[in-house]
Amino acid sequence: MASIWEYANPKKFTATAERLLPVLAVLAVVALATGLIWGFFFTPDDYRQGSTVKIIYLHVPSALMAINTWLMMLAASLIWLIRRHHVSALAARAAAPVGAVMTVIALLTGAIWGQPMWGTWWAWDPRLTSFLILFLFYLGYIALWSAIENDDTAADLTSVLCIVGSVFALLSRYAVNFWNQGLHQGASLSLDKEKNVADVFYHPLLLCIAGFVLLFVALVLLRTVTEIRARRTRALLARERMA
Amino acid sequence: MIALFIRDVRLAVRAGGGFGLGLAFFLIVVVLVPFALGPETALLSRIAPGVLWIGALLACLLSLDRIFALDFEDGTLDLIATSPLPLEGVCAAKALAHWVTTGLPLVVAAPVLGVLLSLPAAGYPWLVVSLLVGTPALSVIGTFGAALTVGIKRGGLLLSLLVLPLYVPTLIFGAEVARAGAGDLAVETPLVLLAAVTCVTIALLPFASAAVLRMNLR
Repeated sequence: MASIWEYANPKKFTATAERLLPVLAVLAVVALATGLIWGFFFTPDDYRQGSTVKIIYLHVPSALMAINTWLMMLAASLIWLIRRHHVSALAARAAAPVGAVMTVIALLTGAIWGQPMWGTWWAWDPRLTSFLILFLFYLGYIALWSAIENDDTAADLTSVLCIVGSVFALLSRYAVNFWNQGLHQGASLSLDKEKNVADVFYHPLLLCIAGFVLLFVALVLLRTVTEIRARRTRALLARERMA
Repeated sequence: MIALFIRDVRLAVRAGGGFGLGLAFFLIVVVLVPFALGPETALLSRIAPGVLWIGALLACLLSLDRIFALDFEDGTLDLIATSPLPLEGVCAAKALAHWVTTGLPLVVAAPVLGVLLSLPAAGYPWLVVSLLVGTPALSVIGTFGAALTVGIKRGGLLLSLLVLPLYVPTLIFGAEVARAGAGDLAVETPLVLLAAVTCVTIALLPFASAAVLRMNLR
């Protein structure tokens, strides 16, 4: 029967991705548009924060995706190292810039939110600092990919960097906690209903998160397919020159 | 392994090996700081632990690309890799040689430079201890970075981009020990954590370095 490993075949992956892409893209746009419009215009202002609270609809989903993208890259890197499926390595490569942009969005919206609330654009708060470090990890990862010419070597090296980097990113996350107590509030979302944000904010927020996830999947699929095609083009050109 | 270690130390100490370069760099960084921030003693003594740690870290970074690059260019690394010595051992020996030629001199020089920055008297022992415990981690992590970038032409800048984020935990705990020591505060917790980071990196990272080196030599 159909197993997930069938998609290790680039042809099969491309075909499925092509079919999924329009659906995902439309869903992402619908979810994001509904969530954002609902969030921005049809939820009440917070009694303390006023209308600035509404930046939560961009801040929380992008922060969530910034971390999840790295986790997805970690999984894809492990699959590449263990089973050596090229699609997996290419997906990790395709995801990195998306994750970097998500990190930047989270940092920027956080700064814009922080200015009126905390009276400062930036503070050396544990959460903020660990996101900045995460961004540096993304930069290093992307730079290493683009610096190496041999594709397989690059995939191997970046995979190892991703694994080692994950350990150090986690370590830094808790190290900065130790170094400075912060301004940032605790988690806004949790499975424990008591700790959640109020329902009026919660439902549009969930929709926005769904939109960001769909957008991420669509972008990664698109970029992976592009990578596969680019690699095939290179192979065909090389073959033509040989003939 | 011991022969390789001795060879690396000799190569580094002899002319053109870059020994002392890191030390001179450390000195210059520390001398430049008062020029930038002014000679006010109270300010300098407050930031001295942090400046010394940053200086040591940058000086360590400076000599990293020498760990493998020269051996890679003239083919020595291929010979070493085909020798019966496991590559993990090679990486550990190289990291140790890097620490002896870079980290250890920094530890010895740091108190002298502490005088220049008017470090409080209570801070000297803890500064030395924190550097002594922390710099091995810098060398081991740096060896991993050097192994990653060994095949890349002019990979020095990339090397720093890759290695510096990995230095964050060591820097946080190390500078915390030095700062707490200078302020006569309790240093046990950060010191233990710093030692933990160092031990774990020494135990695990040579394996990652060797794996990466194998990929690069393929």
